Amino acid sequence: MSGVGGLADATPVTGAPAAAELEGVRIAFPGSRPKDAPFVAVEGANLRVADGEFLAIVGPTGCGKSTLLNAAAGLLVPAAGNVRIFGAPLAGLNRQAGYLFQAEALFPWKTVLDNVSIGLEIAGVSAAEAKARSQDWLKRVGLGAFGERYPHMLSGGQRKRVGLAQVLIRDPKILLMDEPFGPLDAQTRQIMGNLLLDLWSLDRKAVMFVTHDLDEAIALADRVVIMSAGPASRIIGEWRVNLERPRDIAEVRLTPEFHALHREIWGALREEVVKGYRQTEGAA
Amino acid sequence: MRLLSSRPVLFALQLLVAVAIIGIWHIGSTWKVPAGLISQKSFFLLDPFFFSTPVAVFERTWKDFATGVIWYHLGITLLETALAFAIGAAGGVVIGFWFARRRIVAAVFDPYVKMANALPRVVLAPIFALWLGLGIWSKVALGVSLVFFIVFFNVYQGVKEVSPTVLNNARMLGMSERQLLRHVYWPSALTWMFSSLHTSVGFALVGAVVGEYLGSAAGLGYRIHQAEGVFDVTGVFSGMLVLAVFVILIDAVVTVIENRLTVWRPTVPAGH
Repeated sequence: MSGVGGLADATPVTGAPAAAELEGVRIAFPGSRPKDAPFVAVEGANLRVADGEFLAIVGPTGCGKSTLLNAAAGLLVPAAGNVRIFGAPLAGLNRQAGYLFQAEALFPWKTVLDNVSIGLEIAGVSAAEAKARSQDWLKRVGLGAFGERYPHMLSGGQRKRVGLAQVLIRDPKILLMDEPFGPLDAQTRQIMGNLLLDLWSLDRKAVMFVTHDLDEAIALADRVVIMSAGPASRIIGEWRVNLERPRDIAEVRLTPEFHALHREIWGALREEVVKGYRQTEGAA
Repeated sequence: MRLLSSRPVLFALQLLVAVAIIGIWHIGSTWKVPAGLISQKSFFLLDPFFFSTPVAVFERTWKDFATGVIWYHLGITLLETALAFAIGAAGGVVIGFWFARRRIVAAVFDPYVKMANALPRVVLAPIFALWLGLGIWSKVALGVSLVFFIVFFNVYQGVKEVSPTVLNNARMLGMSERQLLRHVYWPSALTWMFSSLHTSVGFALVGAVVGEYLGSAAGLGYRIHQAEGVFDVTGVFSGMLVLAVFVILIDAVVTVIENRLTVWRPTVPAGH
């Protein structure tokens, strides 16, 4: 397809193995009683993230986006299907991945500096070096003067910055992000999005970014994948985002290309959102 | 309301309560209701034989400190309290940790833990005295039996209720089981233990004093018991006064320690 966006090729033709590849993945949780049928969150999911690619996964609330991410992280074992990381089947936790969680994940009893340095220290880096590198990372996320504080003394946006530094300092090959800016206000989200793009553009890791916000997904990603409403949600479409980089999240949203792509994807997503909304309403 | 809640005003009001109570006590125990007013005979509202007088109590307390007899007993009670707290807390942390990490152990021992905890500890005092003699160790044991369960339940809860997100984050950051123990479970358990510090130190003291009261040759509980035995009400009240001040001092020390150990926690705004 021509233009800024369009349906992505079904199978990318590349020789190098994908950074992460999910093939026919099915994720099921046992029912609340043993005789209950298991709850299938995700069914037959096929997903490839190339090295250096920024992939956004969008879907209505409760569609199993986070579940998919957890499978790529090795926190969840799929009931069926394969997960391959750089070509090798994933066994146990994904050691090549860094994970930025939606909920509060910092260690509340450690200072900001210790929260960032812990990943290095447990990997055997000397305390002095770990501290120095952490201080450097805190500066890069704009928190150079906050090292001695504790997480509860920071705002929600600042805590997300610490989380970003905590994950990136370990230099993971794959970055998994589960609605990381979800709890933040609109302005802070934009600022965080730009910070993320700035940091990412330096060494272009593979990113899997889960969000329910289509605007955010298009503004950040190289490719957007849409999931259907759960249960047993599937991947129902994918679009390539050919907007020019470097991007400014706030400005890119004003371009006609952005609008055209947004309209196209939203056409497919809307139905699923309504479906998902009806289900959560019915369940409540 | 703003004016009333400022610190000096609050302190003045607190002082006023003490002055009022001591004042009533003083008047009731030194001023005789004249004959013919209520009854044919003149009488005290608070008979000094049963209630002593504030002046006598303060005098006695002063004398005990001036002559130095009380220091020995204070020291014994403090030692018993400290030992009871240290042993009980250490046991509670270790067992609480073990139970929380090994679900099967917790399940097997659950009814016995509940039974042991439901037992009124005073009934154990004679047993401890029998086993450990009338020295300090029977009092320490009584204190331990109180402190242990408080710390145990808190640590157990603390380890079990570590946020799953924090735990997953720690795993994704590459922590091994041992590192999880050190960097996640242990700090979490300690915070729960510290949150019960006031209660557990208080119970350590209760154990020591009750133990002394029931049978010993030294300590504040022993002093109170001795005074009671000879109807020396002044001595009983003096003992209670020393005990009360002692408790407030220990509590202040605990608060200082607690504030230092939990700097990372959001402070709960005082008042409502």
